[in-house]
Amino acid sequence: MGVTESTAGPATLSSERQGDGTLTVRLAGPWLLKHGVPPSADLEQQLAAQPPKQVVFDATALGAWDTGVLTFVTRLGAVCADRKIPTDRSGLPTGLQKLVALAEAVPEKSGARREEVDESLLERIGLATLSGRDAAVEMLAFIGQTAVAFGRALTFRARYRRSDLMEYIQDAGAEGLPIVSLISFLVGLILAFVGAVQLQSFGASIYVADLVGIAMVREMGAMMTAIVIAGRTGASYAAALGSQKATQEIDALTTMGISPMEFLVLPRMLALMLMMPLLCLYSDLMGILGGLVVGAGMLDISPVVYFQQTAKAVHLGDALGGVFKASVYGVLIAVAGCLRGMQSGSSSSAVGEATTSAVVTSIVLIISACGIFAVLFYLMGW
Amino acid sequence: MSVSGPPTDPNAHITVRDLTMAYGSFVLMRDLTFTVRRGDVFIIMGGSGCGKSTLLRHLVGLKAPAKGEIWYGAESFTRATPEQRESMLRRFGILYQSGALWSSMTLAENIALPLGEFTDLSPKEIREVASLKLALVGLKGFEDYFPSQISGGMQKRAGLARAMAMDPEVLFFDEPSAGLDPISSHLLDDLILQLRDSLGATVVVVTHELPSLFAIGNNSVFLDPESRTMIASGDPKELLAHSDDPRVRRFLTRGGENGVTRDT
Repeated sequence: MGVTESTAGPATLSSERQGDGTLTVRLAGPWLLKHGVPPSADLEQQLAAQPPKQVVFDATALGAWDTGVLTFVTRLGAVCADRKIPTDRSGLPTGLQKLVALAEAVPEKSGARREEVDESLLERIGLATLSGRDAAVEMLAFIGQTAVAFGRALTFRARYRRSDLMEYIQDAGAEGLPIVSLISFLVGLILAFVGAVQLQSFGASIYVADLVGIAMVREMGAMMTAIVIAGRTGASYAAALGSQKATQEIDALTTMGISPMEFLVLPRMLALMLMMPLLCLYSDLMGILGGLVVGAGMLDISPVVYFQQTAKAVHLGDALGGVFKASVYGVLIAVAGCLRGMQSGSSSSAVGEATTSAVVTSIVLIISACGIFAVLFYLMGW
Repeated sequence: MSVSGPPTDPNAHITVRDLTMAYGSFVLMRDLTFTVRRGDVFIIMGGSGCGKSTLLRHLVGLKAPAKGEIWYGAESFTRATPEQRESMLRRFGILYQSGALWSSMTLAENIALPLGEFTDLSPKEIREVASLKLALVGLKGFEDYFPSQISGGMQKRAGLARAMAMDPEVLFFDEPSAGLDPISSHLLDDLILQLRDSLGATVVVVTHELPSLFAIGNNSVFLDPESRTMIASGDPKELLAHSDDPRVRRFLTRGGENGVTRDT
């Protein structure tokens, strides 16, 4: 019968039907995954079409082997088991026989295999609504706990370390200055540049100072600071709390009777509430400086005139409004960062997700709050 | 079980009645009823993933039971008000699986934190107590190290020193020998016994390390993941000698008797 064999060349698979209905499966050559193994579909079809009485293996010419041959033998074994064809594996190398026996030793646990459940659209909407409700309840609970912690802080009963608070203040405030300066300076520069191109055509270049001053002080200073701090400090809060959760440090606090809300969340929140207004003022100043560079360099306005024009345009009320917004943004960043950190699962990938989610949540909250403030301030005539 | 009201046995330190543990609608274990006597070294044992650590989390209040009650002496833990619960928590010492030392604090500060919060000691006295506790676990001189600067075994011992900071009445250990070499693990077992004898504390240990549980345990509960409940309780050595349950025997003999066999 048509038998092809080789010992040195590529891996080969052949089969031969004996007179007594036994099918001999011959494996030859090196069966290694890296060289590829021969296809077995033909053989399986043959088994299905004309079931033999018995299947025996002949591996006398088999060279080096690895998992490639193991998968073939187990697959063939499963096909034979389905059709109740007895197999005799004594012709295979002993090591291979043991591995096959090991793979078949423990039967598959029923129900262990995950099945893709095809959910209907309604089902998905329902599940999403339920999880949305849970998330909202969790967030409200967190805000409530934060408020309680604040209440205790105001009456000097909260348990947290002053040194931690100082450290967070340094980290959020002083160490955030370089990046806040850079971003604010550039935003001021861009605003001035865009304004200058338009205003020049009306011969009203001097109003660049008004534009930059009012935009920075009322809106952009607070918002740019908030976005930078959300990415810098909010993310680090979520990562720190998430990994403390993963290492059970938060459990250790709870079981010691120390509230993690007071010990971990409160000082972080206080630090951001205190530092955001200061950073915002600083950002306003850097933005105006950015505008000044464009005014002096491109529009030939003298710095003194530029500052006088800015001082005329910007009122104390504008600055206070911006600072107020900044402290609200600070609370939002701290809530989002700490909430996501405390909600984090206990694996390293969960900490990464918590961090991402903290930044996304903060930015969404900041921009929404900015919109609400715009409407409120307009209605109040501020 | 229709028993209610405080346990009457004065020797019973922890009484668990009819406890059901669940994650949402998934029931992990049901009908757990056992008593830990004062001074016991009580082992919670069972295969991996059967809910041993979850039971410990219930005992220390990190998770609320779906059903059932936990009593410490004659005080109910499950029905306690937040204030009562806080004062009960202060009598516990817990050694977590990973040590769970606060990574931003030195070892001395880790031990000093509860002392500073809950006692009126002066900073100097607190420092002295912290050094003493570290000396008890063989870490004299490591006061100003951060947890990341010492080895895993040392972190465990430092965690033990923190657990003992407030002279607890009950010490909980979550897999104390996980990640330790056999010698360190043996030393930790010795330390646990010495502390139990000298402090008179009750010890609850979650473990599946056979040498360790036979060496230190004098009472136990065996959780079985298949039937989702406890299938044995008592002294582990007694269980090994007399238990008729094949599942318990297989576990305590490392699957030895007609369990896992190996042809060579």
